Amino acid sequence: MEIGVLALQGAVSEHIDMLKRAGVESYPVRKAEEIEKVDGLVMPGGESTTMGRLIQAFQLEDIIRKRFEEGMPIYGTCAGMILLSNRIEGFDQFKFGFIDLKIIRNAFGRQVDSKEIDLNVKGFDKPFHAIFIRAPVGKDPGKNVEVLAEVPEGIVFAREKNVLVSAFHPELGNDLRVHSFFVDMVKKFLK
Amino acid sequence: MEEKFGTVKVKRGLAEMLKGGVIMDVTTVEQAQIAEKAGAVAVMALERIPADIRKEGGVARMADPKLVKDIMNAVSIPVMAKVRIGHFAEAQILEAIGIDFIDESEVLTPADEVHHINKWNFKVPFVCGARNLGEALRRIAEGAAMIRTKGEPGTGNIVEAVRHMRIVMDEIRKVQNMSEEELYVEAKELRVPIDLLKEVKELGRLPVVNFAAGGIATPADASLMMQLGADGIFVGSGIFKSSNPKKRAEAIVAATTYFDDPKILAKISEDLGEEMPGIDIRDLTDKDKMQLRSE
Repeated sequence: MEIGVLALQGAVSEHIDMLKRAGVESYPVRKAEEIEKVDGLVMPGGESTTMGRLIQAFQLEDIIRKRFEEGMPIYGTCAGMILLSNRIEGFDQFKFGFIDLKIIRNAFGRQVDSKEIDLNVKGFDKPFHAIFIRAPVGKDPGKNVEVLAEVPEGIVFAREKNVLVSAFHPELGNDLRVHSFFVDMVKKFLK
Repeated sequence: MEEKFGTVKVKRGLAEMLKGGVIMDVTTVEQAQIAEKAGAVAVMALERIPADIRKEGGVARMADPKLVKDIMNAVSIPVMAKVRIGHFAEAQILEAIGIDFIDESEVLTPADEVHHINKWNFKVPFVCGARNLGEALRRIAEGAAMIRTKGEPGTGNIVEAVRHMRIVMDEIRKVQNMSEEELYVEAKELRVPIDLLKEVKELGRLPVVNFAAGGIATPADASLMMQLGADGIFVGSGIFKSSNPKKRAEAIVAATTYFDDPKILAKISEDLGEEMPGIDIRDLTDKDKMQLRSE
């Protein structure tokens, strides 16, 4: 099993390290022919406007859309969550629309409002230590969206079919449970 | 639900989110919007860009908080701003208006020739310049969440940024080969805490993100610095002192992502118009060199 991390910009190496610790092959992908080959794709944290511009400038939208339609699992953290959504409040920017969720960008405020919290996640027996950095939240989920974690500001972990999104950064911590959850989605896709 | 703000993880984490990206100096709201549209990961709000500070002389200070706030309101990406070395009151003011990152910068006129800011006192993360491993680790010991090369700002000349990146990388490689006994001597010589040096040996890199800055003017410059091991790029005067800022900004953003693909670099380097005029470093006296303003 091979999981690519979209390496246009952002915290790429942290995801690769976590996926390797979770026992799978992982490497950066930046070109259509590389995205064609992987069994799962992570869209990392970073700046969603930067990644959106590069996706368009280097014509990566079609290949990512094709792989999504084939059922390949995609996991977006923070900026990746914004790119995978179908609605972004107040911003006219590139998005894939793979998950029926409205995004509020910088929902907690600016960097001084970035924080660490212990988060209760559906299906996890103990809380997950979650790191939020200028994070978005989700609102008004579509009927096929399964909400996995919420805070007072909104939805921070959710899934719709082969798309998983988190507003926080499990790749900056030591807890493998979120990455293992995604690896299980990829395992099921390969079966 | 216990919440923890301004932690090391949260501060260094924002720097990690900027990796592989370009941070651009801007002096107006309009420039900030051009930078954001071109794909900048953050903007640095300034009163004057380094090339003009160099030309006009005088004391260079923190930007007007009104200008910084206007830029913060105009873009969705993080906004950084510079304070004078050691000027913690300027930093307190920027933190109070909600700045995302502070650059304690040799580009401005130093306010304290002995002490840097105690950056642990702040919730907002700091970036600092460094010419070598000792400077980098002293700044990290003081609480910096991100390091950049000093280079020689406002010159459009990459030679000093290359020198500083190569020195840091070379010193890291040496540390990796040192025995524990040698590490204690090295820590003494570099004037850095032994624990930080041990961390460098273990990681094989700085414990924080390390960007290139000071003299980057072309997509090829960005590629060179990324290939030398930079995590990302600061462009100061290079964009808005060129003839076609939008196109040059987009090209430098793309070059930072596809830094190891010469075919793509060739394509995006075409037809960018006039670069900023450069300065030969040998024409500068030590008094003119911003990189010598702190250690």
